[in-house]
Amino acid sequence: MVETLEQFLPHPLLALFIHAALPMVIVFPYVLFAVWLERKVSAHMQDRLGPMRTGGWHGWSQTIADMIKMIQKEDIVPSRSDKFLFKFAPFLAFMGSYAAFAVIPFSSEYIGAHLDVGAFYILAVTSIVTLSILMAGWASNNKWSLLGAMRTSAQIVSYEIPTVVAVLSVIVATGTLNLMTISEMQSGTIFNWLIFHSPFLFIAFVLYFISSLAEVNRTPFDLPESESELVGGFHTEYSGMRWGMFMLTEYADMFLVSLLGSVLFFGGWNSPFGDFMSGPIWGVFWMISKGMFFIFVMMWLRWTLPRLRVDQLMDVCWKYLIPFAFVNLVLVALWEMIF
Amino acid sequence: MKRYFKDIWDSFYTIGIGMGVTFRHLFTKSVTIQYPDVKLELTDRARNRLYVNMDDCIGCDQCSKACPVNCITIETVKAVPPDDLGVTSTGNPKRLWVTKFDIDIAKCCYCALCVYPCPTECIKMTDVYEFSEFDRHNLLYNFSTMTPAEVENAAMKFEKWQADKAAAKKETTDKKKAAGEKPQPKKQETGDSNKNNPPDENKSES
Repeated sequence: MVETLEQFLPHPLLALFIHAALPMVIVFPYVLFAVWLERKVSAHMQDRLGPMRTGGWHGWSQTIADMIKMIQKEDIVPSRSDKFLFKFAPFLAFMGSYAAFAVIPFSSEYIGAHLDVGAFYILAVTSIVTLSILMAGWASNNKWSLLGAMRTSAQIVSYEIPTVVAVLSVIVATGTLNLMTISEMQSGTIFNWLIFHSPFLFIAFVLYFISSLAEVNRTPFDLPESESELVGGFHTEYSGMRWGMFMLTEYADMFLVSLLGSVLFFGGWNSPFGDFMSGPIWGVFWMISKGMFFIFVMMWLRWTLPRLRVDQLMDVCWKYLIPFAFVNLVLVALWEMIF
Repeated sequence: MKRYFKDIWDSFYTIGIGMGVTFRHLFTKSVTIQYPDVKLELTDRARNRLYVNMDDCIGCDQCSKACPVNCITIETVKAVPPDDLGVTSTGNPKRLWVTKFDIDIAKCCYCALCVYPCPTECIKMTDVYEFSEFDRHNLLYNFSTMTPAEVENAAMKFEKWQADKAAAKKETTDKKKAAGEKPQPKKQETGDSNKNNPPDENKSES
């Protein structure tokens, strides 16, 4: 991909820059769409209509208007806060989340970086988001923000274990950490997808999905934010575009775990119909629609389930997810040995 | 141990039920009414903006007396012969010029207590509820159909009639011809700027 771009562009650095910015072209419109979709889904699940006015058709441009509003807003920095950390945290959050897109194979022809340790890289680099949330909560000099930030670190440190073990089950089955190779291994029809590889990988997917919900702070695991008790948690003190960056990160993270889930279990950019509708462009389509499906499920869950209590959150992780994940890992390995 | 697995099963089962409920509601008709485009029909006895049909008003002042917040101001002048104001649609004879009929709708508490005493049923509640204004003074509705000139004329005639009655009763027949043409109440007064037009009965002013 970079080589192709270099042939058309005057400078190789320009080609590299465009290559690096390509996921942004997908992520930004996706975030605008997802925020709108979240509003519509939540509204219709509560028998409301949601935004209907802005832009004409079902309020399609509501998030664009909101984004323009946020850019115009005053950038408030609390006087007793740690100014540098406070200002830097939202950017670090998006950096951490965007960096992970580098190893997501959007199509058979496009992947940001051909890393052989792609899956490991994603799990490692997304932890920067936690760090930035902790930074934001601490720098705000606000007890609710700090509580939210501490909940985040406790939650993510705990839930990283079942996530990693669930991803590891896939690695045991495929024998590679390279996400492009994992995608290529699942090409063919829908039955070549890893979710149908063995019953234990299906359990691994369920574990992965639950713990990834917690990783991206979605309901029922949205204790770091918990608008009703912590008034927004770590981003209480943020306003304007800095707050917008956190929102962007949250939705980009949702997209990231959904894409990773579809790469690991649902064939990535592969068409479910074999050769029909497959190719580099269709690959992008399948990848994004698979991601959007999981995002819809996340929204669906959000408007179905209430938030867990802190002790219930830890119970779910340590008493249920982690034992299941480890037993499941052993069973996946046995399955691979026997068959 | 059995309890442990039962808990897991129960949580998945109940989440499934909950998701089924939310999924059904995703496709049920929403209860939202797109207000400016779609309006709910008001009930028959809904109490909103007051309207006075001045053709039927006999100036009896009962609505003003009934008003708990004193938002109705009525001034009347007795109509003198030969002016005949006719009868209302309910058959009551009109004996007074209603020179002023102001309702300060900003004060109005929509109790409808003024509606019940009206003998000719000329003051009533309409279903108009969109009449907000930028200036509070625009909410002072003048329902009287008389111009200041007509009011002055009527007052003058009444004074003259009283004076004449006091002076000599036998001369009244001669004076009648000299009193000039009788004023005609007009429906709309356009040239007069210090007077608000009375609102239409069924139309909101936007």
